[in-house]
Amino acid sequence: MTDKKDSTAENSPAYTSNEMLLEVENLSVAFRQYNKGLQQMDLKVISSLNAAVKKGEILAIVGSSGSGKSLLAHAILGILPKNATVTGSIKYMGNELTTKDQERLRGQEIVLVPQSVNFLDPLMKVGKQVRTSVRNENPVEAQRRVFERYQLKQSVEGMYPFQLSGGMSRRILVSTAMVSGAKLVIADEPTPGLDPKIVDEALLHFKGLAESGCGVILITHDIETALKVADNIAVFYAGTTVEVAPVADFSGTGQDLRHPYSRALWRALPQNEFIPIEGVQPLPQNLPCGCFFQPRCERATASCAEKQPEAREIRDGMVRCIYAS
Amino acid sequence: MINTTDTNTRPSSGILTMMGLNRRQRTIITTAVIGILLLSIILGGLLLSNERITTNLEARNQAPSFSHPFGTDWLGRDMLTRTIKGLTLSIFVGLIAAAISTIIALVLGIAAATMGNRVDTIVTWLVDLFMSIPHLVALILIAVALGGGMRGVVIGVALTHWPSLTRVVRGEVLQLRSTEYVQISRRMGKSRWWIAAQHIVPHLIPQMLVGLVLLFSHAILHEASITFLGFGLSPHQPAIGIILSESMRYLSVGMWWLAFFPGLSLLIIVRLFDILGDNLRKLMDPYNAHS
Amino acid sequence: MLLKGENISFGYNKGSLVLDNVSIAIAPGEVVGLLGPSGCGKTTLGRILAGYQLPEKGVVTIDDKPLPTVGFNPVQLIFQHPERAVNPRWQMRKTLNEGWHPSDDLLEELGIEKQWLTRWPNELSGGELQRFCVARALGPETQFLIADEMTTMLDAITQAQIWQVVMRIVRERNIGMVVISHEAHLINRLCSRVVDFKNINSPDLFLV
Repeated sequence: MTDKKDSTAENSPAYTSNEMLLEVENLSVAFRQYNKGLQQMDLKVISSLNAAVKKGEILAIVGSSGSGKSLLAHAILGILPKNATVTGSIKYMGNELTTKDQERLRGQEIVLVPQSVNFLDPLMKVGKQVRTSVRNENPVEAQRRVFERYQLKQSVEGMYPFQLSGGMSRRILVSTAMVSGAKLVIADEPTPGLDPKIVDEALLHFKGLAESGCGVILITHDIETALKVADNIAVFYAGTTVEVAPVADFSGTGQDLRHPYSRALWRALPQNEFIPIEGVQPLPQNLPCGCFFQPRCERATASCAEKQPEAREIRDGMVRCIYAS
Repeated sequence: MINTTDTNTRPSSGILTMMGLNRRQRTIITTAVIGILLLSIILGGLLLSNERITTNLEARNQAPSFSHPFGTDWLGRDMLTRTIKGLTLSIFVGLIAAAISTIIALVLGIAAATMGNRVDTIVTWLVDLFMSIPHLVALILIAVALGGGMRGVVIGVALTHWPSLTRVVRGEVLQLRSTEYVQISRRMGKSRWWIAAQHIVPHLIPQMLVGLVLLFSHAILHEASITFLGFGLSPHQPAIGIILSESMRYLSVGMWWLAFFPGLSLLIIVRLFDILGDNLRKLMDPYNAHS
Repeated sequence: MLLKGENISFGYNKGSLVLDNVSIAIAPGEVVGLLGPSGCGKTTLGRILAGYQLPEKGVVTIDDKPLPTVGFNPVQLIFQHPERAVNPRWQMRKTLNEGWHPSDDLLEELGIEKQWLTRWPNELSGGELQRFCVARALGPETQFLIADEMTTMLDAITQAQIWQVVMRIVRERNIGMVVISHEAHLINRLCSRVVDFKNINSPDLFLV
């Protein structure tokens, strides 16, 4: 975390500043589904989700599968399936993001870096692929510059994706995001099951993007990945944000963390205590009442089951827990 | 605030949409209506008495009217009754032929995928061979070789319609065999037969059913065409192909209804079977279940 | 009674071997970690040890006899992606009971809730499905268990939950265990012996 300025606006959390790039507030996503028989019902998969990212910052979003983290990315890009209903607010550079904006910005200012290098066009030379993303300047120059920056030789330009190693392909993907002049880069599980060396390399690229002024959202189920580069970490649980914390708070026994779930997640890592809490994350079909984490929480009381806790700002972070301090 | 609620408007099913039904309900209703329609044609064909198609020279060559909606032919037979009886016969021929075809496809497809390279090569070669000959040519050859008639048509249609479905079955089975859950099943000590019965066949059945219905429309059309060309059912049978080929002789004297209504009915029936097959596929596909 | 892979070679393309003359032995009750980057052949070795793949050269033996090809395999493999390891058209109860009938105690220990048994796979999360896969693999005849990135796709809490139970059962029943992972922290936490695939070409290093 570099500079943190207290915001004067009433509702915006303290960890924001006036360089805010993207602000997601109380986002909910519901899917229209068939349950048994022919009745349709709306299944709320994400409820009251919050996230915010500033220019030059990396926000990591950590959560297990089914916590709604990929859906957030899809909601920001406006690429949810047709049977989804979105409510809440997504603000981009201070303005409400409309469906039209999303179509305009997608691939231009807001760019998704996909999980897999298979997203490169196999029949197009990679130099050309990178050039097609350049908008405001000389495509060839921009592409050469970015290749130099990522230590890609000029001869790589004329290669096809199958001729590249995995690491090189990944650098091409990031280069594409770089030259597009993207202001917001969303990376959805960019390092699944990779060995540490490649992960570190990939993460360095995202760091580089952030240093050049981009906002980066890094979606992962792996806290360790997040710890290496992120400025803030948002912890998702059962479709909601339970905590947003500066990366430094993930240390020691997790005593600086605000939410009992984040603390449990931290303690369960193999390099920490490797001790799990009981129970499983509830499915969207049977969410508990009140706080979604309350049935598994050691500190839960009767009032936890009454209603979902509001988001509160504590110590440069956000938390949804009535007992957090 | 962004709102991307999808109200799911397909123009073709506007009325059912207006009634506030969701897509699955609409699909089921459409399927049921088509099913009932087809069944009533079959029942109609079986129950209608032959009285209206006996020669009645007083009512010869009548244009469509209230008592004879499809008109009458040069022997005074009611064309509506003839058409329905013809369609019923076509549906039966189609059903038998399509069923035999499906069984051939199932057996050959599974054999190709499970019985080793040599069998696979032979089956694939057969599929390619049959697919490279135009349907109708092969059909005529087989039907003629078998001496025509009902038997010739059924066997001819059955023997020419299995290749594409065989290819599908073979691909499916190969893919299933390589899935992790089937491989695990082997390590759980399950026999080949158990795996075939529990893992593979249940996966194929819905596809077979859809394949059967989709083959059906092909079979009916091809039955009608070779009968029309004179290689199929014999002239005394009330088949649509016979009706159509007879009517050709009378078209030039202005008796348009002899060809028009039976032809249109055939077209509608074939289309209905197509829709039925598509709907069944939609209903059975679990991955399509939520939209 | 050892699970042994002797002088195993395997390659997916002609001319390049993923495994070149590798030998490994696992004793009952031992927890061995295979650590290495993706593509280094650790998954392939796991598949060969569990009889999912035949090596080009070399043999896999258990108690000095070749692996059985019929009947319940005493070497069970648990895969990385549980959603691919269960038949999507089967209710979970059928999947669970495919090889044997796990006791209620085991289900409770693994945190498998009774109501999940009547669910379909697409109604459960990856972590929940993986618990079923673990229960399914822990049959009475299982003597060796190979976990190939078993918890890589799961969150830290679910990972710790599953490993806690698996390690307890493995210890109780004296099962030999191979943990395949790219995560050094996890391997160090679990294993009594680690085979680093960087040194794979010096096979003597990890013969017991």
